[in-house]
Amino acid sequence: MKDVSSTSGAQPRSAAKGGLGKSAEWVMQVVFLICGLIAVGFVLIISIYLIISGLPAIREIGLIDFLFGDTWRANDNQFGILPMILTSIYGTAGAFVIGVPIGFFTAVFLAKVAPPKLAAVIRPMVNLLAGIPSVVYGLVGMIVLLPWIRTTFNLPAGDSLFAAILVLAVMILPSIISVSETALQAVPKEYEEASLALGATSLETYFRVSVPAAKSGIAAAVVLGIGRAIGEAMAIMMVAGNVANMPSLFSSVRFLTTGIAIEMNYAQVGSLQRNALFSIGLVLFLFIMIINVLLNVVLKHNKGED
Amino acid sequence: MNQKLTATRRTYEICMRALLYLCAIVTCGLLIFLIGYICYQGIPGISWEFLSTAESVLNDTVGILPAICNTLYVILVSLIIVLPLGVGAAIYLTEYARNRRLVNVIEFATETLAGIPSIIYALVGNIIFCTSLRMGKTLLAGSLTLVIMVLPTIIRTTQESLKTVPQSYREGSLGLGSGKWHMIRTVVLPSSIDGIVTGCILAVGRIVGESAILMYTVSMSTMMQDFSTISNFIKSSGATLTVALYVYAKERADFAVAFSIATILLALTIIINLAAALAGKKLKR
Repeated sequence: MKDVSSTSGAQPRSAAKGGLGKSAEWVMQVVFLICGLIAVGFVLIISIYLIISGLPAIREIGLIDFLFGDTWRANDNQFGILPMILTSIYGTAGAFVIGVPIGFFTAVFLAKVAPPKLAAVIRPMVNLLAGIPSVVYGLVGMIVLLPWIRTTFNLPAGDSLFAAILVLAVMILPSIISVSETALQAVPKEYEEASLALGATSLETYFRVSVPAAKSGIAAAVVLGIGRAIGEAMAIMMVAGNVANMPSLFSSVRFLTTGIAIEMNYAQVGSLQRNALFSIGLVLFLFIMIINVLLNVVLKHNKGED
Repeated sequence: MNQKLTATRRTYEICMRALLYLCAIVTCGLLIFLIGYICYQGIPGISWEFLSTAESVLNDTVGILPAICNTLYVILVSLIIVLPLGVGAAIYLTEYARNRRLVNVIEFATETLAGIPSIIYALVGNIIFCTSLRMGKTLLAGSLTLVIMVLPTIIRTTQESLKTVPQSYREGSLGLGSGKWHMIRTVVLPSSIDGIVTGCILAVGRIVGESAILMYTVSMSTMMQDFSTISNFIKSSGATLTVALYVYAKERADFAVAFSIATILLALTIIINLAAALAGKKLKR
């Protein structure tokens, strides 16, 4: 007993168990159970609050008019969020088209091609890219990207879906890179050695053996990136212009997230406008839940294959 | 590459290699450009006065001391609340839970929380803390909302490090007659302190970078707050660094100040990343 108490710093007296010790054990178990259940509680509270505060406006406006109405004009009591839904989908798709290939190839480079010393330099850089606050991305987008888009494409203003897509593409890069790199690292060496022994070049091996073997991990990375893109608000609020137009590449647009963000500080508590913001939140929440379920399915699939 | 390859295979080889290098260069180039540009624009505006005073209209000077204080406030308050909750939840999951289904439910909830975008937290935090609980837009309401956001980070990293504590430690302690809570307190927690520290660092990183939540649960004032008495402490409300950046860039179009704040945020991010990497290395050992 002496040995243990000196290495672990135990107080000798608390080792003596009695009725009090047992009840203390029980109390601590309950305390930890409550801590464990708090995450569940938070999810329930968030869902319930969103549903309770999101449904009244939908009921008042009408589900069809709300989801498929093409004008959002708070002053005229017109609350159609189709433009925002489409903008969110197009914006995410655009970020996907630009960000996923770059992220994927960088991940293959890091995991397989790069010499270890170079990889050790690039990896922290990718982490840093993930850690930069979104307002900083927004700021650089505002100052660098917007004037560039305005002059290159000869537009009256640079605030556009295109600018938002570029910013989002950069922001999803780090999650795509680090998650797919982990998946690629986990591919058993034997697969690659067998392929090399059969006469494939190293690059053929990486793309035809390692990548297919890591495909569910890479898919998870992509889904994670999509989740980030759909949920991002601040950075794109600074570059997208925030007018609720139907989306087109070079017009000022409003995403689901920025739709909430832009009016939140102005909408009066209890007004239909404010309630409609919660309805947007509910729609966004549904999108995210679908993506989460998708992610879980992909990851489960991944585990099943091992 | 000195074997003889057919023409198609050789082109494939060259194209793919070019693509790989190109994409890696694009990623690194992006980061280097970002850092370089932000520092180039921001460093000239940083001085001791900028860091240590509040904004003054009379003297026409800009200072971000209030934003720094507010950022420290939200970091401290949310960490103090989230640490016991998150570590407790992780302890329950790894040490106590026997019901597989309950564990699955808790883990699913944690993953869901991690996936919820911050604008939703902002919305819910605003209605729960600011409106329903009548806290108004205060730093405290913001910190409480941040607690929900960083909870999954703390739970996950603590859980990872609790799993690395060898089972024999636990058996040794229990076999010598200690109770479960005593075993956790004296054997398990001390051996997993590195993981908890890593979790804290990651949480601080997320809090420093968060803006949406703090914009809608806290006011955007750039004035110095008074934290001296408890009631002032509870009621104080002002912009953190990220929100101040947004205010200067978007609402006042004062980009020089915005870039100076961005430089400071960038420096903080680098420090936090280095600290997390260091703690992670210690954890592996």
